[in-house]
Amino acid sequence: MTGAQIRWSILNLVVVVYALVPVLWLLSLSLKDPSTFTDGKFIPREWTFDNYKNIFDVGEFTRPLINSIGIAIIATLIAIVLGVFAAYAIARLDFPGKNVMLGASLLIAMFPQVSLVTPLFEIERRLGLFNTWAGLIFPYVTFALPLTIYILASFFKEIPWELEKAAKMDGASPFQAFRKVIVPLAAPGVVTAAILAFIQCWNDFLFAISLTSTDRARTAPAAISFFTGASQFEDPTGSIAAAAVVITIPIVLFVLFFQRRIVSGLTSGAVKG
Amino acid sequence: MAEIVLDKVTKRFRDGTEAVQEIDLTIADKEFLILVGPSGCGKSTTLNMIAGLEDISDGELRIDGDRVNERSPQDRNIAMVFQSYALYPHMTVRENMEFPLTIAKLDKATIKQKIDEAAEILELGPYLDRKPSDLSGGQRQRVAMGRAIVRKPKAFLMDEPLSNLDAKLRAQMRTSISRLQKSLGTTTVYVTHDQTEAMTLGDRIVVMRAGIVQQIGTPQDLYERPANLFVAGFIGSPTMNFLPGELVNSSIATAIGEIPISDRLRSGLSEHGPTGRDVIVGIRPEAFEDSRFVDDQTAFTFPHDIDIVESLGSAKLAYLDVDIDARAHEHFAEIAQESGAEDVFGSQQIVAQLDARSPVREGDSMEISFRPDDIQLFDPTDGTNLTEHD
Amino acid sequence: MSARPISDGKAAERRLGWWLCAPAALVMLIVAGWPILYSVLLSFQRFDLRFPDDKAWIGFDNYQAVLSSEYWWNAFGVTTFIMIVSVAIELVLGMILAIIMHRTLVGRGLVRTVVLIPYGIVTVVAAYGWRYAWTPGTGWLANLLDESTAPLTERPSAIAIIILAEVWKTTPFMALLLLAGLTVVPEELLRAASIDGASKWQSFVRITLPLIRPAILVALLFRMLDAFRIYDNIYVLTNGGQDTSSVSILTYHNLIGGLNLGIGSTMSVLIFLTVALIAFIFIKVLGTSTPGSDK
Ligand SMILES: Nc1ncnc2c1ncn2[C@@H]1O[C@H](COP(=O)(O)OP(=O)(O)O)[C@@H](O)[C@H]1O
Ligand SMILES: [Mg+2]
Repeated sequence: MTGAQIRWSILNLVVVVYALVPVLWLLSLSLKDPSTFTDGKFIPREWTFDNYKNIFDVGEFTRPLINSIGIAIIATLIAIVLGVFAAYAIARLDFPGKNVMLGASLLIAMFPQVSLVTPLFEIERRLGLFNTWAGLIFPYVTFALPLTIYILASFFKEIPWELEKAAKMDGASPFQAFRKVIVPLAAPGVVTAAILAFIQCWNDFLFAISLTSTDRARTAPAAISFFTGASQFEDPTGSIAAAAVVITIPIVLFVLFFQRRIVSGLTSGAVKG
Repeated sequence: MAEIVLDKVTKRFRDGTEAVQEIDLTIADKEFLILVGPSGCGKSTTLNMIAGLEDISDGELRIDGDRVNERSPQDRNIAMVFQSYALYPHMTVRENMEFPLTIAKLDKATIKQKIDEAAEILELGPYLDRKPSDLSGGQRQRVAMGRAIVRKPKAFLMDEPLSNLDAKLRAQMRTSISRLQKSLGTTTVYVTHDQTEAMTLGDRIVVMRAGIVQQIGTPQDLYERPANLFVAGFIGSPTMNFLPGELVNSSIATAIGEIPISDRLRSGLSEHGPTGRDVIVGIRPEAFEDSRFVDDQTAFTFPHDIDIVESLGSAKLAYLDVDIDARAHEHFAEIAQESGAEDVFGSQQIVAQLDARSPVREGDSMEISFRPDDIQLFDPTDGTNLTEHD
Repeated sequence: MSARPISDGKAAERRLGWWLCAPAALVMLIVAGWPILYSVLLSFQRFDLRFPDDKAWIGFDNYQAVLSSEYWWNAFGVTTFIMIVSVAIELVLGMILAIIMHRTLVGRGLVRTVVLIPYGIVTVVAAYGWRYAWTPGTGWLANLLDESTAPLTERPSAIAIIILAEVWKTTPFMALLLLAGLTVVPEELLRAASIDGASKWQSFVRITLPLIRPAILVALLFRMLDAFRIYDNIYVLTNGGQDTSSVSILTYHNLIGGLNLGIGSTMSVLIFLTVALIAFIFIKVLGTSTPGSDK
């Protein structure tokens, strides 16, 4: 290794430590035996999976986890379908109102969610949507849409649409041209948008605690904040740490498998313009 | 193998643009036909109508006698090579070439044999498993060709297939396309805006301007007998020189002297008759020669100062500043503008291509000759050639 | 026959464009547009869910009440402070991180991957991590301190920890936006600068920074608007204790805790106006290009 490589390796190490230490700390906490919580050690003295067993046995976490997964997946799917339509129009068609659409999306992306909590709370209570999956899915779709539209539109702009013609000249029917040529080219963009939309829905906390009141629709991040421990007298630290680790797993998987796509997706909308 | 007939084919876009107006054209079986013209003149639109990628607004398109206006591209059995090559980026070279065959549901063995054959012809063997992004421009171009030839279509359509290559590669590919077309004997319609490509490749050339066919003919026809000012200016490199002139008895008064009217010109003129006494005189740079190398008694000779000399090695180009304003002629200016070659058409310079041995130097005054029979006369009001007609 | 063909093709394209955008536009309009309007209306009313009968239009009284409230200005100050300090730190750290990701000779993929973990992790989860780390007895960080100190129970240290949590989570996002800017700076320019005798630092300041100014502005805009609505971290770390409420926390408490829809809505509108002002300054005054705009 050259000197430069060593210097870069050290810098990289600093970055890795920066990114991972807080996560490893939670992992360590979740594996600690409750009796050793207060030792303040970074590495557990005794390893146990009891905390994990607890949160699933007691059931105070299972239902919210299902809510989280269900709501995030449904919201992501809806946002992607609506986003694909809108992004296709924005990328390929010329119509008045296009910039209004983009402007409105941007406005919503930057909008302070808390400003919506009051009216949504009131409106959902009246419509009977309060504390239901639908009551969370609507705002999640809304806040995932701007991101989805931006990412998909910038992907769609890059697709060489001439290939559609080429496929027709190669004897393909319009449907074959779409399925064999356009879909494979658009798929990476759609996957990217879906991952980022999912992460955003998965991450939400404010709507989750404001628009739910019981485990019927409460999502995992919100449920964690209501943890009281397996019994009333027990310290919820272990449960919280274990639950925290569980809901971090999908994120880690996404990051490991889709690193490139996430990076390109996050930067595509913002900088190309 | 096919004969393609365009019968008063017109394309009107929804916004009202008439991109192609009543084009009449018969492309013979096995013919290599070139569509040439400045950018935006309707070449691609014409090609796309033959392909079925654009609807035909009016007129009829027949392939081997059958009306095909209403047939979709996949039912016309025609292959196309695009300017950008339009290779499918998610497929390997092999998959790209296989695509039309798998769509046609050929069996595996046949497909493999056809791909190997095409790869052999185009020397793509070593690259079959690469993605298009890992190929050079020339290789990509060959893959695009490969995808077109594998399924033995009735005709090839090529839309500026070489314009993304550098000059040297373009010249190479030109010859190999020509050879390929001859050996396959497939009817080919080839679009280009490059007149050199048109002249070297085609059996026949169609010159278009603003959606209207200007002339159809062999390269030699277009060069020697351009139907109008536009074709004259478009075909040939360096561009033909144009001088305003006036018919005076048996000669033409111009800025470089009184050019005698040859017998050929006279007979043409008597048939057509100029609408006025004004004409535009067209002289190709190649028609000029250093007088020292000319012993033809009929040659017209004039003295002139030489402003710039460029040596091409095989010849010398002499630039003469002439006191003319060709733009004074309305039509002339219009053509100059539309063809996007204002500086050439409206130029006040004459370009003369001289023998390489000519000792001419910048600033010299010298005598230059040309044969009066080598000039063309055009009507300044509508640009038609006054001395050539069918 | 070509009386109106001009509108024909365009009209078809327009219609298709509108139809395709309609579903998304409708959802955004119903779920965001209508509530925004509704909260503006509520902000002019006395509306406390505990006294539902005592509902009335009261003009700007709510605004007066909020704007003369010490709690509001305290929260506003805290929010602004957190926003400015954390975004400033993020800009510096993010730039360093971006340069590492851009230039590193080894393990580029590794760095780009791990950096996404803070970005992707659920904010609340990370916040619990920080909370326990700074809880005396439990936390490995608290243990490094003097035994008697409980940093989350004192205002300055609590705010510092909130900023730490915020910076840790969002620096990667900032870095990625800056990285996108860095990758479009032509390598040749930097070579030219070094041939012209510029040091690395000089060419960074004189060439790179001006060229990535648009990326920096976009990143700053995004992050400032995001930081101004800070909620999750504070909720977990202090829940507004020790005067560490942000405007979002305060609004939430008025709504869910106090059930005072009038006051809550007024605060919502004020937050919205502040955010709009920040965006306006960035876009109109600093000339930040908004993503997706056709230029
Ligand atoms: N979809 C379209 N709608 C309206 N006008 C078009 C469309 N496509 C091409 N045109 C116009 O038709 C004319 C011919 O275009 P084209 O055939 O592409 O030219 P070329 O290939 O010769 O450069 C141009 O003036 C162009 O602007
Ligand atoms: Mg064209």
